[in-house]
Amino acid sequence: MRDFAYLRATSTEAARQAAALPGAMLLAGGTTLIDLAKCGVAEPETLVDITHLEGLDGIAVDERGAMIGALARMGHVADHADIKGRFPAVSEAVWQAASAQIRNMATIGGNLMQRTRCPYFRDPSNFSACNKRQPGSGCSAIGGVTRGHAVLGTSEACIAMYPGDLATALVAFDATVHLGERQLLVDDFFLLPGATPDKEHAIEPGEMITAVEIPASAAARRSTYLKVRDRQSYEFAAASAAVGLELEPDGRTIRDLRVALGGVATKPWRARAVEDALKGKVLEPDAVRAASLLAVEGAVDHGANHYKIELAPRVVARAILTLGEAA
Amino acid sequence: MTSKTTIPVHLDINGQHHTLELEPRVTLLDALRDRLGLTGTKKGCDHGQCGACTVHVDGERVLACLTLAAQAEGRAITTIEGLAREGEPHPVQTAFLERDAFQCGYCTPGQIMSAVACIREGHAGSDEEIREYMAGNLCRCGAYPHIVAAVRQAALEAAS
Repeated sequence: MRDFAYLRATSTEAARQAAALPGAMLLAGGTTLIDLAKCGVAEPETLVDITHLEGLDGIAVDERGAMIGALARMGHVADHADIKGRFPAVSEAVWQAASAQIRNMATIGGNLMQRTRCPYFRDPSNFSACNKRQPGSGCSAIGGVTRGHAVLGTSEACIAMYPGDLATALVAFDATVHLGERQLLVDDFFLLPGATPDKEHAIEPGEMITAVEIPASAAARRSTYLKVRDRQSYEFAAASAAVGLELEPDGRTIRDLRVALGGVATKPWRARAVEDALKGKVLEPDAVRAASLLAVEGAVDHGANHYKIELAPRVVARAILTLGEAA
Repeated sequence: MTSKTTIPVHLDINGQHHTLELEPRVTLLDALRDRLGLTGTKKGCDHGQCGACTVHVDGERVLACLTLAAQAEGRAITTIEGLAREGEPHPVQTAFLERDAFQCGYCTPGQIMSAVACIREGHAGSDEEIREYMAGNLCRCGAYPHIVAAVRQAALEAAS
């Protein structure tokens, strides 16, 4: 790991200003950034440590929604009684992410800045071509080993999969990210790779995530996060679904439905086509399975990741049907 | 690699105060092992994937390989060397011995530090929960069934 200067921020404003300087990066839990610095992917000249700032780690939940400070750590969010009660999919997404140790380190703001696990991106010494790392250098993944790569939202420049769980739940429930004065839907915070896969987030130099806000809804209250993976725990998703369901008073007609996919796309992937196809319909297995196929509309595989196109709709359908059974 | 600058870092480890001059890039793991001779904390993958370097910071389990030593300033750090009390092993250490919860032993300090926190967090209520919340500690010898048994035994003892 190349050496860098270390600066401990004493205020949010000071952190923003320091991190706006060339070569400077904000350091929170470090679970992505220190790892990538060891890989030679991140080469900061200055790290601005924000973990000693106070007042940014609160978790407040009321009838309007949840406000989670950027420095709240994942483990605390997952175990928070009101997050479990009003946003079960959020709690489930977080506790199924990473390991207990990493969840104790990783912050909510840092989680949104998590980078892809694409093995070509992470290995500059063996793979010089990576448009995400070095714009214009090409993509080593296309034509390579693609089992873990995205099938949705890809471009000719990049097929790297977005690996996070939390943001998948956040986009399902219309959460916003607070960047100081500015607020963005989490869905808009994450960018498609297009021709500029190096630009992953709609955050500008001098901006810092201060909080994540999740509006309350009946669908968020009755929600789940289903994560299917190669091993039971401590593994990224092969395919996952954050689903929220609200039924009409008849107990069978779908009033509101939220569906987002993880593990299959280049960003957290809201599947509105599935939602629109089922809203107003009676919840029954055949209709749910048929509509869930819309989750992968437009999917493009690169060989070894084809299974994700088969798997994702099944994960969506199972999540919706499981919620439907849980009265 | 030569360093441009070093910075003074004050660390509180197992109740003892240490002041080190470190390059900012030095991780807590390397500071413990290479500078302070506290080699109980192991370096496995050095990338946050194996759990061998698990220590407690302010009572919570974290990975020392992805924590900069400078970040840990002002926090209370506990390593495997700091678990025993008055010469007596910690109950989780005893449970690992009684349940033969290791083979080569390299992952064991991390397993034990993780288990102590796992029990304290209330995440050791069933074998299934233990397996989930101990998933961040890999054991290449495959001693998992005995590790789960040791954690379960220690959790029951802590609850009684």
